[in-house]
Amino acid sequence: MVQFLEKLGDQCLHLLEQLGRMGIFLFACLWCVVKPPYKIFPIIRQIHFIGSRSIFVIFFTGAFTGMVLGLQGYYTLRKFGSEGLLGSAVALSLIRELGPVVAALMVIGRAGSAICAEIGIMRNSEQIDALECMAIDPYKYLMAPKFVAGVLSMPLLTALFDVVGILGGWLIGVVLLGINEGTYFQAMYASVEWQDIKMGLVKSLVFGLLLIWIAAAKGYFLHFERGGGFGAEGVSRTTTDAVVLSSVAVLLWDYLISAIML
Amino acid sequence: MSDAPNDIVIELKDVHKAFGAQKVLRGVHLQVREGTTLVIVGASGQGKSVILKHMLGLVKPEQGEVLVFGRDLTRIRAREVKEIRTHFGVLFQNAALFDSMTVFDNVALPLRERTKVGEERIRASVMEKLDLMDLLGAEDKYPAQISGGMRKRVGLARALMLNPRVVFFDEPTTGLDVHKSNEIYRLFHRTQQQLKYTAVIVSHDVPKIFKLADTVALLAEGVIQGCMSPEEFQLAENPLIREFVETTMGPIYSSDKEESILYETL
Ligand SMILES: Nc1ncnc2c1ncn2[C@@H]1O[C@H](COP(=O)(O)OP(=O)(O)OP(=O)(O)O)[C@@H](O)[C@H]1O
Ligand SMILES: [Mg+2]
Repeated sequence: MVQFLEKLGDQCLHLLEQLGRMGIFLFACLWCVVKPPYKIFPIIRQIHFIGSRSIFVIFFTGAFTGMVLGLQGYYTLRKFGSEGLLGSAVALSLIRELGPVVAALMVIGRAGSAICAEIGIMRNSEQIDALECMAIDPYKYLMAPKFVAGVLSMPLLTALFDVVGILGGWLIGVVLLGINEGTYFQAMYASVEWQDIKMGLVKSLVFGLLLIWIAAAKGYFLHFERGGGFGAEGVSRTTTDAVVLSSVAVLLWDYLISAIML
Repeated sequence: MSDAPNDIVIELKDVHKAFGAQKVLRGVHLQVREGTTLVIVGASGQGKSVILKHMLGLVKPEQGEVLVFGRDLTRIRAREVKEIRTHFGVLFQNAALFDSMTVFDNVALPLRERTKVGEERIRASVMEKLDLMDLLGAEDKYPAQISGGMRKRVGLARALMLNPRVVFFDEPTTGLDVHKSNEIYRLFHRTQQQLKYTAVIVSHDVPKIFKLADTVALLAEGVIQGCMSPEEFQLAENPLIREFVETTMGPIYSSDKEESILYETL
């Protein structure tokens, strides 16, 4: 019993320590984002990596999500005789929920894991120590461009996801299942409000920050990992942790933001 | 080289450090004077690299002080530590090159990030440093594509890039052939004459490294066994130093007979 309590306390302390470390990390990174000098080229490079190179996967997942929504929505709505509302159903669920969440999950899989592994390997092979000894701030040099790029890219990717998804729903609903095209888009115009778009925007901004934060911090603090973040295995384990943790965090925050903003 | 205390650049006072149960440093005292070269020697795994990391502020001691330019690295703010580090040039034992950048970009990084020099000037001074290290032709390769000795030399080129006031070299010539390491020693000698930097060098290359040293310190059993000029070091009374001197440069190689005895008893 005592042993159990001891273990529990130890775990809690570890968790608290980790949270505190990550909190300080976030503030240091954000401070470095606003602190001059500003360099544009590293940011563009990161946007290319996090943003542009995710377009393909976002395009596909967006299209299929929209198509599935169209299909499922059609048969569900038909039971109530209201197929005409399909446009509204597809658009609202994409803009409010699925767009930001699925896009974030895809970016976590693509860029989050890569960032965590990259930083983790740099930590492992003393490259971060070397940066510090050269009086180059790793927060400014490594982290700040990633944060800016993440926060800029996520809303754009989400918007792309939404648009492609709506077109996917159109393809199924209108072209395949024969809903009137005017009805599809009219329902959409009538029901989507600025409020909904704002919610999607807030979510995508928060998710962008969240996923870069968790991936970068996990990699940066690789050497503090439980059981030691050593070598290739340590990096791979930490990267997996980062992906799981940021996916869960995205879903958690999705709920919180919905609850606050609805 | 007066005795005025303000020309001490680095001073370790009673530094203790343990990793878990393993006590690595047990009260290290060390002083490095401005413009001189300190060579730290000692058996593998004694904690020489750990001492260097204390001086760089990468590792915090459990007890004791690490003074650099008179300021205690363990007590000052991160910004001041960074300011102090602008005067450092560091070569890590594993070179710690940025492995997703080319050799050229590695050496250029300090210039690009810390100065506002234009790209042309950067190119010129990087090429000059690479030439000095006999690395011309390798500038577009990645660290994984060059040999271990070349990596060391790239690390050296990077460390010397911004004309540091204090340099830290962890085994600068390990993995280099005799000719190259002689070349590097000559280079150290020449650049130190020019730039008057203070140097802390960890090396296993005894006795050759002694030619470069103003002071030699032996680390054994977690403490510095003696910090003295190379001449005094070779004649010191301390049994650990005697043993070190004898095994590294002593009578082992003086006769074939003794050597064969050594092998037989092994
Ligand atoms: N981060 C660390 N965690 C745990 N132990 C460490 C750590 N760094 C160093 N040590 C231990 O400290 C001791 C000294 O290591 P160090 O690298 O300083 O040796 P060294 O004198 O530089 O040896 P070499 O000449 O082989 O480079 C070793 O026994 C090592 O296991
Ligand atoms: Mg070492």
